Amino acid sequence: MNQMTIHDLHEKLLAKELSAVELTKTFIAHRDAAEGEIHAYLSTSDEAALAKAAAVDAKIAAGEPVSDMAGIPGAIKDNICIKGETCTAASRMLEHWVAPYNATVIEKLEAADYVSLGKTNLDEFAMGSSTENSYFGPSRNPWNTECVPGGSSGGSAAAVAANEAVWALGSDTGGSIRQPASFCGLVGLKPTYGLVSRYGLLAFASSLDQIGPIVKDVTDAAIVLNAIAGHDPRDSTSIPMEKKDYKEALKTDVKGLRIGVPDEFFGPGIKEETKEAVKSALAFYEKEGAEIVPVSIPHIKSGVSVYYIIAPAEASSNLARYDGVGFGFRMPGEDIVDMYIKTRSAGFGKEVKRRIMLGNYVLSAGYYDAYYLKALKVRHLLKDDFDRAFAQCDVIAAPSASGAAFRFGAFSDPLSLYMEDICTVPVNLVGAPSISIPVGFHDGMPLGMQLIGPALGEERILNAAYAFEQAHPELTRTAPKGEMEA
Amino acid sequence: MALLSRLAFGPEELEEMKASMNSILTYMDELNQYDTEKVEPMVHAVEQYNVMRDDVPHTSFTNEEALLNAPEKENGYFKVPKII
Repeated sequence: MNQMTIHDLHEKLLAKELSAVELTKTFIAHRDAAEGEIHAYLSTSDEAALAKAAAVDAKIAAGEPVSDMAGIPGAIKDNICIKGETCTAASRMLEHWVAPYNATVIEKLEAADYVSLGKTNLDEFAMGSSTENSYFGPSRNPWNTECVPGGSSGGSAAAVAANEAVWALGSDTGGSIRQPASFCGLVGLKPTYGLVSRYGLLAFASSLDQIGPIVKDVTDAAIVLNAIAGHDPRDSTSIPMEKKDYKEALKTDVKGLRIGVPDEFFGPGIKEETKEAVKSALAFYEKEGAEIVPVSIPHIKSGVSVYYIIAPAEASSNLARYDGVGFGFRMPGEDIVDMYIKTRSAGFGKEVKRRIMLGNYVLSAGYYDAYYLKALKVRHLLKDDFDRAFAQCDVIAAPSASGAAFRFGAFSDPLSLYMEDICTVPVNLVGAPSISIPVGFHDGMPLGMQLIGPALGEERILNAAYAFEQAHPELTRTAPKGEMEA
Repeated sequence: MALLSRLAFGPEELEEMKASMNSILTYMDELNQYDTEKVEPMVHAVEQYNVMRDDVPHTSFTNEEALLNAPEKENGYFKVPKII
């Protein structure tokens, strides 16, 4: 029962080898046994999960067609709204906030008869890369509980790696799906900006946020993407386009595929073991008939600066709504401004406050040109770099993170932790899709590789990812804390 | 900046916030090495165009639903401290 993927379990449900209710109960029991150590979840929804599973069993028994995801228990990052459930963003500010509506991705998953076991932990408002910024305490890495699971979607990654869920949704503003997937030995997909609706995702940086899957293999990534992608009139940045079947991209043939390798992604900040693992993957592709193309993205090194200007700028505006008036936490005050200040000072954690301050600083009249406007211009240069690179290649290969998961408390100053995002933030800035897949191990901890595509190039990166994964079954492993009784 | 952000910090917190912001902003000065005189700012990754919807009324939250999460309410309104 260990390598339980959506597609395997779907076959078993259809063959009536097991029922969705049995499956859901098994995962609930395993989750409850593992949670003391892992702390992947912030809330659970077992009653609703079992009711939905029973409905799927009834459909299968009646011979009705069901979706690929029907009845397979998953988990949802706790910054995505499910009507009637709390949605905390791992913040004291929203500790008791009950979402009054469903996110579009949840409506789409409802249509696919999804089952969710609960909401998963994250860095407060998705700001962080370790879950150490969660108001409710961090999640732990199922490969080694002394290490972080990554973040901000660390709870989602920990849940899937510990077999506390078969799949999970995360959100990725600067790497928050890909880095935790990499740290937990999983597959994480950040779709093209605009492919998946952001309606009902608590906004962090609106020009960068995307929802995507954290799953055990590439096939499952395509299945979840099939369920959640698509135009949504309620998100004005959603791209109007025809629905695709991403499973059709799951081919092992990479002959003639041009894989771009930018030197700038393999700089001194990246650990040797990571570089070696990615390079051996490139050797595999070459052997399979792909063409390795050296490309240059000179502005990669500006990525961290540009990101940590633009993301906080957008966040400072988005988080202005948390004022204690309409919803969420309130701390009483002498007058209204005093109430705002007390509410926000007690309701937000340190990192969120830092980003609000940074954002307001770079947007303030005296510094707007020097920081915010400058960052928007360098963002354009970075986009031009990527466009030039994609004129020469079909996908770009890069590490997902500098190395394997780090230990709790490893980064004491914020800037050095920000620098760790160098592999992932440039991708959000240009809106490109990227998938992180397991590429090797170092001291028993997983390493990840990104395959980045041009806008709406999901099929190419799924194809490249699938080809590598199918030839390296030893890399799709269960974390020690994910072992289950058959 | 703290007042603008509607945040208040204790003396120690404030020192830490200042120090970290200083080191972050100093690092960001590296952006000055790039010549951007002729570069247009890029706000969004995908092409921008106005998205309009037909002016058709649709159902929204009821008064009750809108107040469901209100910290304080009275007679169907949000209640806040005295403003003037």
